[in-house]
Amino acid sequence: MKQTFRMVAAILLVGSIVFWVAAGANRGWTKTRVPKKVTDEVTGLEGVQWQDKFVPGIDFLGAALLGAGILAGVSFFVPAKSR
Amino acid sequence: MKTKLIILALMTTAVVALAAPQTFDFKDPKGINNAGFKLDAPLESINGSASGIYGTVIFDPANPGATQGKITVSTSSLIVPNPLQRQHMLGKEWLDATKFPTIVFESKEFKNVQTSGDTTTSEVTGTFTLKGVSKEITVPVKLTYLKDKLGDRVPSQKGDLLVIRANFSIKRSDFNVNPGQFEDKVSDAIEITLSIAGASPK
Repeated sequence: MKQTFRMVAAILLVGSIVFWVAAGANRGWTKTRVPKKVTDEVTGLEGVQWQDKFVPGIDFLGAALLGAGILAGVSFFVPAKSR
Repeated sequence: MKTKLIILALMTTAVVALAAPQTFDFKDPKGINNAGFKLDAPLESINGSASGIYGTVIFDPANPGATQGKITVSTSSLIVPNPLQRQHMLGKEWLDATKFPTIVFESKEFKNVQTSGDTTTSEVTGTFTLKGVSKEITVPVKLTYLKDKLGDRVPSQKGDLLVIRANFSIKRSDFNVNPGQFEDKVSDAIEITLSIAGASPK
């Protein structure tokens, strides 16, 4: 049981870091929309179109690290082997 | 003599008709019109935009200084990338979008008008209303008159376009937007960029 908690904590820690890096290592807040600039050829105006996209930020990373830390901490209070 | 006078009168009428002020509608069918805003914050600046823009501007190509208009932005159309920030921004403490559904600028006077070709630059003084608070502000604007270009943008229509660009800054504390609160996290100054085009169909 102890090992299971630690394993899940490690997977959560590594998985969230890999996901955060793969998504662009955004050091700002998590985004669920990203702006895409579009230019109107006639007027020359530059507009913004928002696209739905999940970009994890440091708050996502922090929550994942906290979760991994809690799981790892809990592992110290559970018996090594369940009967 | 009488015929000459009639011809002169007709010509004068034609010239006046050609130079008459035109009404431009700023509801954009292409969804390009936008008002961008930026607030400095410690982790990253808050960059967003609003697309719910409508209003009319009366513009006379022969007399750009006489321009008048009112542009409205729907508060609920303001978007920032983070959903929690957007929820806070539209909430009661910040913009209170339910109670104050629009942000409005209504022009009063154009000063320092300079026209070169189709482009006019000016400083427009008008009333800016945000969260129910109205204040007079002066904004540098650039107007570009695009004659007969509406058809290039909206093929089913003929007419003219008027492009308005403006960059200016306001203080949120002046408009009762959470004044004096969280200034270490969200700057008091808000930089605003307006990029809009209006149509005057014929």
